[in-house]
Amino acid sequence: MSTMTSSRTTSYKPGSAAGRWIRHHLVLILGLLVLVYTFVPIFVVVLMSFNDPASRLIYRFDGFTLHNWLNPCEAEGMCSALRTSVEIGFLATLGSTVLGTLIAFALVRHQFVGRSSMNLLIFLPMASPEIVLGSSLLALFVAAGFGGQLGFWTILIAHVMFCLSFVVVTVRARLAGLDDNLEQAAMDLYATEAQTFRRVTLPLVFPGILGAALLSFSLSFDDFIITNLNAGNTTTFPMYVWGVAQRGVPMQVNVVGTVMFLISIAIVVGAELNRRRQEKALV
Amino acid sequence: MSQVAEQEPTTADAESYDGLRLRNVTKSFGAFKAVDDLDLDVPSGSFIALLGPSGCGKTTTLRMVAGLETPTAGSITLGGQDITYAKPYQRPVNTVFQSYALFPHLDIYENVAFGLRRRKSKEVDTAVRDMLELVELTSQARKKPAQLSGGQQQRVALARALINKPEVLLLDEPLGALDLKLRRSMQLEIKRIQTEVGLTFVHVTHDQEEAMTMADTVAVMNAGVVEQMGAPADLYENPQSTFVANFLGQSNLIEGTIQNRGGDVVTVDMHGIGVSVPTERCHADSDKGWVGIRPEKVLIGAPGEELDAPGNTIPGGVVTDVSFVGVSTQYLVRMPWGQELSVFQQNTGRHTSFVPGDKVELSWRPEYAFLLDFSQDASAGAQKVDAE
Repeated sequence: MSTMTSSRTTSYKPGSAAGRWIRHHLVLILGLLVLVYTFVPIFVVVLMSFNDPASRLIYRFDGFTLHNWLNPCEAEGMCSALRTSVEIGFLATLGSTVLGTLIAFALVRHQFVGRSSMNLLIFLPMASPEIVLGSSLLALFVAAGFGGQLGFWTILIAHVMFCLSFVVVTVRARLAGLDDNLEQAAMDLYATEAQTFRRVTLPLVFPGILGAALLSFSLSFDDFIITNLNAGNTTTFPMYVWGVAQRGVPMQVNVVGTVMFLISIAIVVGAELNRRRQEKALV
Repeated sequence: MSQVAEQEPTTADAESYDGLRLRNVTKSFGAFKAVDDLDLDVPSGSFIALLGPSGCGKTTTLRMVAGLETPTAGSITLGGQDITYAKPYQRPVNTVFQSYALFPHLDIYENVAFGLRRRKSKEVDTAVRDMLELVELTSQARKKPAQLSGGQQQRVALARALINKPEVLLLDEPLGALDLKLRRSMQLEIKRIQTEVGLTFVHVTHDQEEAMTMADTVAVMNAGVVEQMGAPADLYENPQSTFVANFLGQSNLIEGTIQNRGGDVVTVDMHGIGVSVPTERCHADSDKGWVGIRPEKVLIGAPGEELDAPGNTIPGGVVTDVSFVGVSTQYLVRMPWGQELSVFQQNTGRHTSFVPGDKVELSWRPEYAFLLDFSQDASAGAQKVDAE
């Protein structure tokens, strides 16, 4: 008996209760520290959106106000830049999602000359540095004689271009995982080609398309390097922030940042809740 | 039972035939002929099984009937109508897929209703409820396919096809994914449903027991052609080729020389022992042939023991292997000419059992033997049975 108890006590390392607690929760503590590290900048953005600055030149929390939230467009040029970004974001998302989905279907469902090289080439825009894409695109526009018309449309063309690869890769993965017996079964059950696509293929591929669209929007909204090179006189939101950063950032920028952050969180939480609901239905 | 027409194309007009008829159907994938000049008649209301090893063309044949593959040559008619090139959704044929292919985003009710909704049927709700009742899944109607067990999914796949009352229901190895016990009960279940609804069923399988249990007619396929077709008992008792003899159950095939073809029996010299085979069971054209006998038809006894067979006794056997499998004991007996024959003896308790090394004599009733052409490979189709 005595040997057993002694061996049992030696299996614990000596130390204070606090030390033991830290040892047991080390992974948790490290995880929390990493989270804090990631979220501090976002917290600053949220905090600064309520800031009442004493001076434009010193970035410091001076006092609480709702003024920035109530007058978001007070900062000169910001709202028009934001509108440009959102418009380009929506159109680029629409364009790249439609084109990318069609390409993905072609790549997965059809045999054609150059299919395997296409599969490889589609990765190229994702792998190339943005500065290379942006400058060569600018060179192309200028060479084609559109040097004087850089603006909304050239930005849109550029955004569709770099979003396309992401859409193709996302939709293709979803489509490749689809059992083609399902479409044969639908046809066997009196569904025409069009009905099969609408009733079976599209609903099953839709999550992939939706994901691709969200990704496209955030890539487009976020882009600075390619946009800046091809923008001409047009100003998007990232370009606006870059511009004003040298003269002191208006606090309204933080309002936009906070709103964008909340929208992303809402989408992620919504998707997670939806997934849990479906999982619950499966049990 | 053998209401099925013979394989040579009949002169009867295809238009007048009310069942499913395949004529000279060939399907090539590149240089490989999956189905080779196949003729097949399936009378309306019958249950036929296409039986064969994997790669014999049975699934390709089924997919051509479903419209999921287009024949390279030949024609397929159903009730006199040519459907060779019709789209899958244009033919009154439904398929139960091997993987079930249930729509994962629709619940069981909508899966079953799918075909009726596409055809704008008025009575969807009543029909779906009746069908779910038939396959005993009423309580699962609002669940998604992923929530059901394999056996339940199988029944949904069956219900989804049956509800359309197709002229022909195609079953592509539908029980392959189920465990043995469930498979046995589903075999009887599908047979019951077929009798109840009276539709034509074409069932593809590589499981000979399944084919014989379920179907009225079995067509044994090998290398893209139908080797033999008939009622399960006819096929088993009177195989016409070594492939059928080996693939459907087991057979002992012993080399022999035909001596006399007169009258009701053909007499054969088998390594010095004269045996006779009924003429209607003789499928050999040349002078030599394989004498075939099923292991359970072979009688085994100690030298000099009285065996219940009127024919000659074959002496000189030595038991080389004994396996006891409960209902029977299976012996391997080495014969004087070096071949090992297999013998199944029922464990009725009347017989003495032998141990390896014992000297034995074999015999069988002549009416159970059959004679096959010597040009055929004696081991054709044999391996597959062991794999099952």
